[in-house]
Amino acid sequence: MKEGQIRIPAGCAISGIIDKKRNRFNGESIIKSIALMHERSNGLGGGFAGYGIYPQYKNFFALHIFYDNNQIKAKTEEFLSEHFEIESAGNIPTRAVPSIKDKPLIWRYFVQPRIYKVRNLNMDEDEFTARCVIRINKDFLGAYVFSSGKNMGVFKGVGYPEDIGDFYMLENYEGYIWTAHGRFPTNTPGWWGGAHPFTMLDWSIVHNGEISSYDANRRFVEMYGYKCTLQTDTEVITYLLDLLVRRHKLPMEKALQVLVAPFWNDIEKENSKKAEELKALRAVYSSALINGPFSILIGYEDGLIALNDRIKLRSMVSAIKGDKVYFASEESAIRVICKKPENIYHPKGGEPIIVKFEEAK
Amino acid sequence: MLSFVSSQFEVLRDNNKCIKCQVCVKQCANEVHKYDKEDNVIICDEAKCVCCHRCVALCPTKAIKIRKNILEFKENANWTATCINEIYKQAESGGMLLSSMGNPKTFPIYWDKILLNASQVTNPSIDPLREPMETKVIIGRKPDKLEYDKKGKLVTKMPPNIELNMPIMFSAMSYGSISKNAHEALARAAQKLGILYNTGEGGLHKDFYKYGKNTIVQVASGRFGVHLDYLNAGVAIEIKIGQGAKPGIGGHLPGIKVGEDVSATRMIPIGSDAISPAPHHDIYSIEDLRQLILSLKESTNYTKPIFVKIAAVHNVSAIASGIARAGADAIVIDGFRGGTGAAPTRVRDNVGIPIELALACVDQRLRDEGIRNNISIICAGSIRNSADIVKAIALGADAVCIASAALIAMGCHMCRSCSTGKCNWGIATQKEDLVKRLNPDIAYQRLVNLLTAWNNEIKEMLGGMGINAIDSLRGNRLMLMGVGLNLKELEILGIKHAGE
Repeated sequence: MKEGQIRIPAGCAISGIIDKKRNRFNGESIIKSIALMHERSNGLGGGFAGYGIYPQYKNFFALHIFYDNNQIKAKTEEFLSEHFEIESAGNIPTRAVPSIKDKPLIWRYFVQPRIYKVRNLNMDEDEFTARCVIRINKDFLGAYVFSSGKNMGVFKGVGYPEDIGDFYMLENYEGYIWTAHGRFPTNTPGWWGGAHPFTMLDWSIVHNGEISSYDANRRFVEMYGYKCTLQTDTEVITYLLDLLVRRHKLPMEKALQVLVAPFWNDIEKENSKKAEELKALRAVYSSALINGPFSILIGYEDGLIALNDRIKLRSMVSAIKGDKVYFASEESAIRVICKKPENIYHPKGGEPIIVKFEEAK
Repeated sequence: MLSFVSSQFEVLRDNNKCIKCQVCVKQCANEVHKYDKEDNVIICDEAKCVCCHRCVALCPTKAIKIRKNILEFKENANWTATCINEIYKQAESGGMLLSSMGNPKTFPIYWDKILLNASQVTNPSIDPLREPMETKVIIGRKPDKLEYDKKGKLVTKMPPNIELNMPIMFSAMSYGSISKNAHEALARAAQKLGILYNTGEGGLHKDFYKYGKNTIVQVASGRFGVHLDYLNAGVAIEIKIGQGAKPGIGGHLPGIKVGEDVSATRMIPIGSDAISPAPHHDIYSIEDLRQLILSLKESTNYTKPIFVKIAAVHNVSAIASGIARAGADAIVIDGFRGGTGAAPTRVRDNVGIPIELALACVDQRLRDEGIRNNISIICAGSIRNSADIVKAIALGADAVCIASAALIAMGCHMCRSCSTGKCNWGIATQKEDLVKRLNPDIAYQRLVNLLTAWNNEIKEMLGGMGINAIDSLRGNRLMLMGVGLNLKELEILGIKHAGE
């Protein structure tokens, strides 16, 4: 059985680095950081997201796709060329690593939606691309799009994260945000798509925890055309964010207040105008509240966000050094790549830390 | 005519314990007990006993026991004693059979075939004694989304919503069907608990306007007691289309219950039968319902959410979808176990569908249509305990309504004889001497106790699941698993079988 046919709880390690001035650095330090937390993973899933890694293709959607075989690849490529102009296509380069086995076909396409298709459907390019990705993941058995943003990409698989990083040769990529994930599933799915990060367009999420509101969240987002094919928490959180920020256009701070809503007791302490607003957010989006233990790192085009559940049931530390901000499940994972980190901070339950680039794109 | 109907109960008196104090004689409005002065004994007319336990509870020496009369008909799986006795009754009276309270038959009770989840290891359970645990819910219509302007200011105006401190309300019970003291207890308990009670279709007694912030006023087909002040008196208005105990038919309050106060409240002559028609005569279709919803909103200046209450019947999900689209703010679905003061027995026992299935399919249908988040779903019709509530919310309800349980808390013993108007506990009666027996201070306290206990139990179960807000339970069907249900039932409930 693989992800999507069964729901598998998992514990994890996460780590993330952002350079606020968009100075790019290669994937070695993020590998080193996540490798330190080896004991928090069990070799059944690891992955990375890098932002700013494809400057030469920054206006194209970068689709990373796993294929089970060449037949489904041919079928999917037919669908892709029907809907997109494909600027470039090819294998994602990998090197042989003894512990990484049973790899699927791993392909990468830089694409742009076919304009007439987008216009016919009266939607924007993002929405069009998102729908195509959902369609492939739902209907093309054996094909799985695991990354679909612009100037960013996800690299993941079954194995310890440091081995996965080595396998994808992340030392050859330079980005201004890196996040990483090491997975400890309570079952053996052995499926590459099930590893984190999980993405939708520019969103990428790495997540440590198990959300107990899963089915309430899932049934809510599925009303809006999403399809939770993986049955993972990370997938549903990604869709919630996409719905709130991209489609409902909530300011990011408000969207986060939906996901980790303030307690009613705290809302009552606010002045009446603020309380009314918070009450409206909770009333309208009560099904988007995420419950249960989690710490997550959300990468997106404007920066990196760290978020804990409302009562901090999972660990998460942040630190600053120069232009860089670090997040990790454990402080040691920051110290191993950053000598003398400053402002070491344990974000409170439900307190989002939003790090934006100093200059917008 | 000689009645062939034998007594349902035996009244057993221990004469060694009986001190002939005659409390039982005075307490029984059905006149079961009678004191024979000459022989200094208390004799019984068992045929009149309804098994309400009033004499048992008040006997100072505990000398009385009520037992099922085990007089047997010759065994027959088809012609049961109930079948035979009902035929005798109708052959003797020529009337429709009347019953009170909800369907008592052996149809499946799905609540009892559903089990709840709890966290172990991968996900910590949360202790409500040590961590915040939220059971507040917001009932009413919600916009599709919230919109902010460029300065980050909220521009969407919220429709009128109601805050409930716990996901529980008292269902509609009219003044007339129950006593003034019972109404007072419900109103005060609702106020204390931060929830709502419901006037039912009998209007609102002038003494109770002060509980308006905790009141839903009902508009039913008879329009008894409906006027502008009444509509504006509560925080919400409920249009009653149907009731789980008697889908498809109206109500009937016998003239004998219409005394001065009830008459004034209902705006009908003293002693006249209050018969509400089966349909609303201004609602013959869904577009008519929309007009009534809008005229009630117009009358109250768009400040009150409008609830529409329907019985759970075959096509309930399509009807609910129509109600949502007709502009209602909340749908109340009432299942066939829901109580009533009086209903034709055949209707009560044979019409409607189980609330669990109705709730599950309505929630799913509204989600399939993408409108579930716009409207609240309230589940009613025999919620017996806090676990039923947790299951109802996980199936998809925003909140539940309780009535039978509230009456039981006040002293109802489920003798199911409300229609006689002789309720010995002072609840379903208008006889002054009987009404006096229900002390509103005590009844209020018992209601507050019950719901406080239930709310604590809900918190405990939520915490066990690793959830600290009831928001995350609503529609969270992964928290439910079935036992002993067939595939179709599981499919409709949208849950897995235990062990899957």
